[in-house]
Amino acid sequence: MKKELKIPLIKNGSVIDHITPGNAVKVLKILGIPETSSSIVSVAMNVKSKIGKKDIVKVENRELDPNEVDKIALIAPKATINIIRDYKVTEKHKVKLPNEIIGIVKCSNPTCISNAQREPVKSRFKVIKKDPTEIKCYYCEREPEDIAERII
Amino acid sequence: MNFTGKDIISIKDFSKKEINYIIEYATKMVPYAKGEKYKDILKGKVLSSLFFEPSTRTRLSFESSMNRLGGKVIGFSDPSGTSQKKGESLADTIRMADSYSDIIVIRHPQEGAARLAGEFAEAPVLNAGDGAGRHPTQCLLDLFTIHTEKKKIEKNNIVLLGDLKYGRTVHSLAYALALYGANLTFVSPASLRMPKEVINECTEMGVEPTQTSNLEKAVKDADVLYATRIQKERFPDAEEYNRVVGSYIINNNLLENAKKDLIIMHPLPRVTEIDPEVDKTPHALYFKQAFNGVPIRMALLSLVSGGTL
Ligand SMILES: [Zn+2]
Repeated sequence: MKKELKIPLIKNGSVIDHITPGNAVKVLKILGIPETSSSIVSVAMNVKSKIGKKDIVKVENRELDPNEVDKIALIAPKATINIIRDYKVTEKHKVKLPNEIIGIVKCSNPTCISNAQREPVKSRFKVIKKDPTEIKCYYCEREPEDIAERII
Repeated sequence: MNFTGKDIISIKDFSKKEINYIIEYATKMVPYAKGEKYKDILKGKVLSSLFFEPSTRTRLSFESSMNRLGGKVIGFSDPSGTSQKKGESLADTIRMADSYSDIIVIRHPQEGAARLAGEFAEAPVLNAGDGAGRHPTQCLLDLFTIHTEKKKIEKNNIVLLGDLKYGRTVHSLAYALALYGANLTFVSPASLRMPKEVINECTEMGVEPTQTSNLEKAVKDADVLYATRIQKERFPDAEEYNRVVGSYIINNNLLENAKKDLIIMHPLPRVTEIDPEVDKTPHALYFKQAFNGVPIRMALLSLVSGGTL
């Protein structure tokens, strides 16, 4: 209970738990929060837990679509999504990396066509390995290593 | 097997079975490529030949292929004066070409350009080289050449020589040869070794390539010696370049201990890698290899547009 109090309990909304420590802000960036909503968002970083440190994100009055959140598995493979209604967890979902990552990671190859400003395309990667994550550019077939650094 | 409407972007999009099918079809195309036979199976079809960077050999062989099958070619051979220079996106240029033609061939300096073109075109797109990336028709013509000369690709001792680090063609060729289970030896100066990813791909397919800088030793058991150009700009100074290039020259002296039926291939243009004295030997296959670009491209143009011999 003590740990949970580090960020306020929420009545309704979503809690993203077990985020790789240090990556909470990037998770928000991937989810387009706060740009896409005016909900109250609280972030806790380096929270101690049984299995080491973690980050937590709470979004009030908004139920995140678990499938939409799956893409954060890219940088937070152990994350879980909890949907809260009236202070109770009503749904729990472990993130699962989708087979394709579109518009989230910038290709590491400067001459890749997906990095060309004037082309009407989003970056696109195929997930070739899930643990540890390995992705391959659909356009140039490069495999960027520092994925977390390349979040758009 | 049905290739109608299919894009040809990367050799990795094809299974061994599909590659075999293309090679077989190209074999049937040879008399048509030589002009000994004629059938206008692409009559009424228009090819857009979009060369955003010049490549005489590839462009001419595509144009010859289209003409030999009775089709017509529109397009440009370098981007100066095109709307791309004025800031048009590749996507828009492709949309335009798509509305004017039935097949699109694209050569572009940026990696992934052909894949992008494929997304914006209804017509099949053939990649004629995208930046340091892929060049599948070159790869297919290389496989076709080895198959024609050796009757098979697997189990041949194949030496890839030269700039294996930056060379456009050698990476996909190494992949494709490993797919067939050829024995691979990579010979290069230490600074231009085959990238790790390519070696890993080979290993994953059960082929353990040998890496060496000793050409003389590698040539002894070779069935195929595939040479590539070493570019001056890869070296810090001219002296170092001359020293390295000098140690990898293929001449009659080097070939003294080679197998009688060793074939020497090169994507051309060559500079000093192969001494002209080798041209007259039965080992020299690079000019025939260049010719093979026509039957393989005729086969591809015909397959993607649904034509049949
Ligand atoms: Zn890329």
